[in-house]
Amino acid sequence: MDIGGIAGELTVVAGAAVVLVVVLFVRRDRQWVGAPIALATCGIAVALIAIRLATRPQELTWHGAWALDGAAGWAELVILATTAITVALSPQWFATDARHGEWYALLLLSAAGAMTMASAADSLELLLGVLLSSTTGYVLAAYHRRSALSVEAGAKYFLVGALTNTFLLAGVALLFGAAGTTLYDRTATSLPGASTVTLTAAAVLVTIGLAFKLGAVPAHTWVPDVAQGAPAPAAAFLTVAPKIGAIVALARILSLLPDTSVGWRPLAAGVAALTMTVGNLTALWQDDVRRLLGWSSVSQVGYALMAIPVLGRSPQALPALLFFITAYAAGQLAAFGVVVQLRGRTSLEDYRGLARWRPWIAAALIVALLSFVGIPPLAGFTGKLLLFTATIDGGYAWLAAVAAINTVVSLFYYLRIITPLTLDHGPRPVPVLGRSAAAATSLATVLVITLGVAAQPFLDAGQNARLLP
Amino acid sequence: MLTASIVVPFAGAVLLVAARRLDGRTARWVAVAATAVPLVLMVVAWVRYDTSSTALFQLNERAPWIPSLGVGWRVGVDGIALALASLTALLFCAAVAYPVDTKGQPRHYYAWMLFLESVSLGLFLTTDLLLFYVFFDLSLVGMYFLIARWGHGQPRVTALKFFLYTLAGSLVMLLGILGLYLETDPLTFDMATIIRTQPLAGAGLRAGMVLLALIVGLAVKTPLVPVHTWLPPAHVDAPGPVSAILAGVLLKMGTFGLIRIPLAMLSDTFADWAFLLAIVATISIVYGALVALGQTNLKARIAYTSINHMGYAVLGIAVAGAMAADHADARRLALTGATVEMVAHGLITGALFLIAGSFWQRTQDYDLDHYGGLAQPARTLTFATTIAAFASLGLPGLAGFVAEVQIFIGTFAVYPAAAAVALLGLLITAALFLQMLQKLFFGELPPEHHQFPDLARSETAILGVLIALIVLIGVYPRWLLDLIDGTSRLLVGTG
Repeated sequence: MDIGGIAGELTVVAGAAVVLVVVLFVRRDRQWVGAPIALATCGIAVALIAIRLATRPQELTWHGAWALDGAAGWAELVILATTAITVALSPQWFATDARHGEWYALLLLSAAGAMTMASAADSLELLLGVLLSSTTGYVLAAYHRRSALSVEAGAKYFLVGALTNTFLLAGVALLFGAAGTTLYDRTATSLPGASTVTLTAAAVLVTIGLAFKLGAVPAHTWVPDVAQGAPAPAAAFLTVAPKIGAIVALARILSLLPDTSVGWRPLAAGVAALTMTVGNLTALWQDDVRRLLGWSSVSQVGYALMAIPVLGRSPQALPALLFFITAYAAGQLAAFGVVVQLRGRTSLEDYRGLARWRPWIAAALIVALLSFVGIPPLAGFTGKLLLFTATIDGGYAWLAAVAAINTVVSLFYYLRIITPLTLDHGPRPVPVLGRSAAAATSLATVLVITLGVAAQPFLDAGQNARLLP
Repeated sequence: MLTASIVVPFAGAVLLVAARRLDGRTARWVAVAATAVPLVLMVVAWVRYDTSSTALFQLNERAPWIPSLGVGWRVGVDGIALALASLTALLFCAAVAYPVDTKGQPRHYYAWMLFLESVSLGLFLTTDLLLFYVFFDLSLVGMYFLIARWGHGQPRVTALKFFLYTLAGSLVMLLGILGLYLETDPLTFDMATIIRTQPLAGAGLRAGMVLLALIVGLAVKTPLVPVHTWLPPAHVDAPGPVSAILAGVLLKMGTFGLIRIPLAMLSDTFADWAFLLAIVATISIVYGALVALGQTNLKARIAYTSINHMGYAVLGIAVAGAMAADHADARRLALTGATVEMVAHGLITGALFLIAGSFWQRTQDYDLDHYGGLAQPARTLTFATTIAAFASLGLPGLAGFVAEVQIFIGTFAVYPAAAAVALLGLLITAALFLQMLQKLFFGELPPEHHQFPDLARSETAILGVLIALIVLIGVYPRWLLDLIDGTSRLLVGTG
């Protein structure tokens, strides 16, 4: 048994168990002890995965069910970093919740689900990851039990999830029927020759199923509700971590299909174009900052999806995908970090004149939003640059053009936040939440800048990454 | 050294943002000092530049940045870039020193100006295609905040329109740049390599698409009719010195880009499309002049003449890129003329917009019909405006004439019909400037303007420098022509 191969995931699950046990025995006002345990867990898991990436070749393990490739490792590291930042955003936010110790255990379990999605090289393994990530996600979204908005967010998340998970299940079943195995490497070799209709149906169903986790069209409707209604740290986590796991999973499973008989490339390109356009057009007139960030996250996923149709056609596709989702994660966490720091204030009105009172918080939000637009030299610019290069190189120039148009549209609503933030005079805002949230927000903001200015080391890692099998 | 001229204004901007205690006066002096450094550095660069060299880019400095993408910190100049970078340094120094209402936030105003100077110089000095795009984009951010925060009228709407419009242009250009980049082998954004290897030569439709994307993107910034509609409101609502920068520096980014990217890097494909570009330029020339004639707003009128003048520059560039081997000298002349036009337009329109800013400072009114007879109370102002206006309409002995005569000679040789139509533009411009002078300075002086203050000493000094240069280029252009001609020769490909 290759325990070393999945040591990262095991650590996270074990950490969740430790948190659960410890918080049973601590007083109500000390429930925050879950946070340092969760942080330590993330730290150990990051170290174990980093060691694995440095020492082991990119290979399949557990009889082919688990991929230890660069793409999975990268996604796992980003998911763990996201989890750690979310943990740091949490203690003060939940300070009044007498039972919030469990929160950290749920976060860790949800992270384990997302990591499993990214690493799964077997369709049952993928289902396991999706279900683990979903069930914990519903609870995270509805964690404010007495807030109607939060419960509503959780309920919508659950309803969409329950429906689309069956699609995923059906898609996986079709694939199994066509290939006679759930293992990806054997599926890849036995699929050519399978019926085009079956495979196309499987591709569509799997895409819809994973679109739920991604927050992509047509299963994107939960994103704005979760962004607005869920506890702000949960919104930060749920609009980042599962998406990262899911996009690697989608890239991995679609790459198995023979592109001669199944049009999965145009399918993914269509989903990408629709997702970015729907996200952007709906974001245009939102007056609620968190809802706007939700729609913007839909559009960002649309950009990330641009890499999938050109996988295997352009050598830049995988590095572009990995880099862009990292840039997106850093930007989204910085933006939601600001929301947490402002105690969840969400009306556009509350952000007027923020730059005058809280220049650093305003700067973090501006950096995050400009990075979403793709203004150089921030991370989002480098990410989009790589994506555009890959799509043009891979013969999908029209998709790059659609993305360019969308970028111009998106500038409009990002400026609807940035302009009053910097130019207006507003009332003195609420006191900020606390130090650990500030540290987490700053870390995310610094990452947005560093990823853009010093992109080279990340690109090197991205160039070496592979997507098995 | 070139790197320093980009870094120093940026450092000045950071300093101004960080130093919270600084009062407005000190902030202005810090800004003037920070803009003086690049100006001095440009003079040094001018001295060290070798006009007889056969290398296109000189004074190169480079450092690796993202080697796996072929991106590097590459700066260097040819004669055209050096001329425009010097103009940029000079105009920023003038615009920062020029008195303006900073609406209680002097530090931020000057910080944004310095930031904008840094990226503008970066754009003209870089020899890396991706950095070119980066600076192109960042100039939009700087200009957006300057207009939105310190403009008048409806500054936010205007600034938003400016940002959306020009970002659309720059993204189209980015697609074109990437299309070009993907043809290089090994992949590189190094301009010198791309110009030498001409990666898209003979690529047919693909080259045409890339060229189209590049030209459309740059045309938005230039701007050419019909993608010019962002320009007049941006000029009218921006504060005077910012308008001077917008017209004097930012518009040049479009025409400079046309020379640097499509003309130099895709010369074969460019030649196929040059005539079409010449037609669009001619339309811009005539349309810009006609619409300018119809404006009663002082700044809108100057703004539309910018469209007219940038049309001459684009016409010269189109002629330079035309497929006409037997007209090599005419094409070289046209390219040199186009570059001189850019410099001259920067100085002249920069001066005119600074003057418009002075009008706003005094009366908060741009309507020409509300003025008259100002020659009486404001002599210096009258004198400065008259010279700048005459230069703009192309009076011999002033800078505009030197530029336009070369463009027209070149164009008559290659596209005589376009030149004939474009001459109309000259006539209309003459009419509209004379009418403007008449309305402002002659006729009856309205009673509320009896106490109209003449130019202050600082205003006179700054406009004096700009006008002295306009006259100098008009009377003795040799020093400027020598600098540019060597590069034109290399680009047009004649001995």
